[in-house]
Amino acid sequence: MKFKKFLFSQKAAPYVFVLPFLLSFCIFWIYPLFSTVKMSFQSILPGQIEWIGLENYAKLLKDTAFHTAIRNSFTYMLLSLLLLIPFPMLYAVLMDSNLVKAKGVWKAILYMPALTSVVISGTLFRLMFAEMPTGQMNQILQFFGSDAIPWLKNGATAMFALVLLCCWRWTGVNMLYFMSGLKGIDASLYEAADIDGANSWQKFWYVTIPLLKPTTIYVLTISVYAGLAMFLESYMLWGGNTSPKNIGLTIVGYLYKRGIERNQMGYASAVGLVLLAIALLINVVQLVLNGTFKKEES
Amino acid sequence: MKKKVLAALLCAAMTGTMLAGCGGGGSDEETSGDAATEETAEGEAEEGEAEPEAVTTVGPDSGTKMEMWSFVSQHNDFYAKMLEKWNEANPDRQIQITFTTYPFGDMHNKLMMSLQTGEGAPDLCDIERGQFPNFLQGEVQLYALNDALEPYTADLVQSRLDIYSKDGNYYGAPTHVGATVMYYNDELLSQYGIDYKTIKTWDDYTAAAEKLKEATNGEVKMTEIDTGGTDWMWLSMAEHGEDQVDEDGLAVVTDGMAEMLKLQKEWLDNDLAMICPAGQVDTEEGKQAIMDQQFASFPKALWYMSRFVSDMPDETGKWAIAPCPVFEEGQPRSVGIGGTGTVVTNQSEDPELAADFIAYAKCSYDGCLGIWQDLGFDVCNTSIWKDTAVTQDASNQYIAFFRTNPFDVLNEIEDEIAAITVNENTFILGDYLNVTTFNSIFEDGMDVDEALQECQDMVDIDQG
Repeated sequence: MKFKKFLFSQKAAPYVFVLPFLLSFCIFWIYPLFSTVKMSFQSILPGQIEWIGLENYAKLLKDTAFHTAIRNSFTYMLLSLLLLIPFPMLYAVLMDSNLVKAKGVWKAILYMPALTSVVISGTLFRLMFAEMPTGQMNQILQFFGSDAIPWLKNGATAMFALVLLCCWRWTGVNMLYFMSGLKGIDASLYEAADIDGANSWQKFWYVTIPLLKPTTIYVLTISVYAGLAMFLESYMLWGGNTSPKNIGLTIVGYLYKRGIERNQMGYASAVGLVLLAIALLINVVQLVLNGTFKKEES
Repeated sequence: MKKKVLAALLCAAMTGTMLAGCGGGGSDEETSGDAATEETAEGEAEEGEAEPEAVTTVGPDSGTKMEMWSFVSQHNDFYAKMLEKWNEANPDRQIQITFTTYPFGDMHNKLMMSLQTGEGAPDLCDIERGQFPNFLQGEVQLYALNDALEPYTADLVQSRLDIYSKDGNYYGAPTHVGATVMYYNDELLSQYGIDYKTIKTWDDYTAAAEKLKEATNGEVKMTEIDTGGTDWMWLSMAEHGEDQVDEDGLAVVTDGMAEMLKLQKEWLDNDLAMICPAGQVDTEEGKQAIMDQQFASFPKALWYMSRFVSDMPDETGKWAIAPCPVFEEGQPRSVGIGGTGTVVTNQSEDPELAADFIAYAKCSYDGCLGIWQDLGFDVCNTSIWKDTAVTQDASNQYIAFFRTNPFDVLNEIEDEIAAITVNENTFILGDYLNVTTFNSIFEDGMDVDEALQECQDMVDIDQG
């Protein structure tokens, strides 16, 4: 009886409903987060766990490979933001307009890469960007009269390969986000603009873009994180976690290298926390600037 | 205000769940992040998630049940064969083993995780030599094989046992010596009147390279230079009698490395050598370059014979094997590179039985004979090297493949195969050399001494 009363109590019920989430949140997020924080102050070997204070962090400051990793992840993230927000938005607007024929086909083509496994597409890109003159990209270069280049041995061309892989894969997905955003814009707003004599560009600039803002912020937020956390693309492109002069090393790649390949879980935890701090900082700043935390007008 | 805090918390939670990779939000974009954790997750838990390449169970149901992992399916095939022999010979100590082959990285990561957490490790497992120091850190989670190896040690190359040891305990049963030799494309070289047998020193080698360059208009290079492997460095250290660690076990760059790098740079500047595609010859690109006759010779351990036989069958009868050239005559002409130590983990229910079996399978005369015949490795049991029934067996695919008999070369350099120390610090050194130093020198033209000094500085930050 008591149980039933408890179950039907208006105060308790909500907690019961959110309990599964809270539990999984605590077990899979809060607990690992705190144990990661703890581990970042330790040196961890089987049977020998030592407190070493801030030593891991002090080492991070001097660790140039880590700095390279941060630089790479950052460059990659910025480039992916520059390419993966405006273009998908443009495509979405085009898909929504009457300018494009056979929309279903285009949507399918753009979305298809997202369905492939990174392992497979990464391997294909590695072969395409092979340094031999017979590699596909080098064949194209030679067609235009240029010499074959070792794509994956040079910082700039390697980043190009990474970003190309990223755009190939995610353009269609982001386009879908923007398309669903566009669907939510009331057609009467465009009619009103028409009556006011706005041209297509003005309609895009003054109606579409502002009303797409929630979608844009969402895409921006997840892209910042996805860019910073990129690992598998680089892992597949170089067929492992080592690239010449670390041109393909990312923060997560470095975490993996330290934690798994070198058995330094403590140090890897410190790397992971720095990544968390960076991702959080960027996103909080970005969300504040975008006004997400402002009181909603109702 | 409350809303602000709540929004901030939710935002943190969102970023957090993405980081943890347990898939909050359910958007597709995340998968790029999730995929990253997948790799790690594979190493951790669910059997079903990391698709093993092959699983086979061998032995009677009544036998003691064991698990064994390897990263090479041929190794597992071989162990299975030895298991059948073991069960025949030991009716009172029957074993049933389930063999699983995983990809290289996956297997080592999975083993590392299971030993760290104390759960899920197999009874027996292959560990590649380069990875081995990782498993000797801290309190070793492996079973010492001293007693099991005892009956065979007299015939084994001691240095190959030492590389898998810590504090006097042997933890790995060795597979092979990995003696480095020079592979010459004799068919190609003799076309241009070059006799590899006359090459004794690097000066002779350079002269032959010049001759080859002239004869082929620079089309064919004498050799390749690695930017993704340290074999040349090891060879040079061995020839100079150096090691890559000091007395405290800290990794150091050596004069021998510098000398070899300078020589290689000279070759490269004079068009006598090329940078190996993909950084070293044991890659698809490297093998393609060999088959395309882009270069005529390269140093590699004897286990590379198996790559010729399995991956480059068209090269049959073209290649010869010889001791490596040296800087000054009288220096040792070989170095042991690579290897696999098979371990028994402390999670095994009957470690003694597992240890006895693996010592028999890999170190007994029968075991070593099988390793040679099936896998083509230069085994650690030297009595095989002298057994003419084995060494003169013309039907053996490895002996038939090459113009020279590998055992002739092996017996010639028997006392010259140096051992280079590998520990967790040399791991850092090798990594830095491969990732940065070689590329700086050969691709960007950095000065050798400067590049090595930079390497030492960076390694020092990380080690000790």
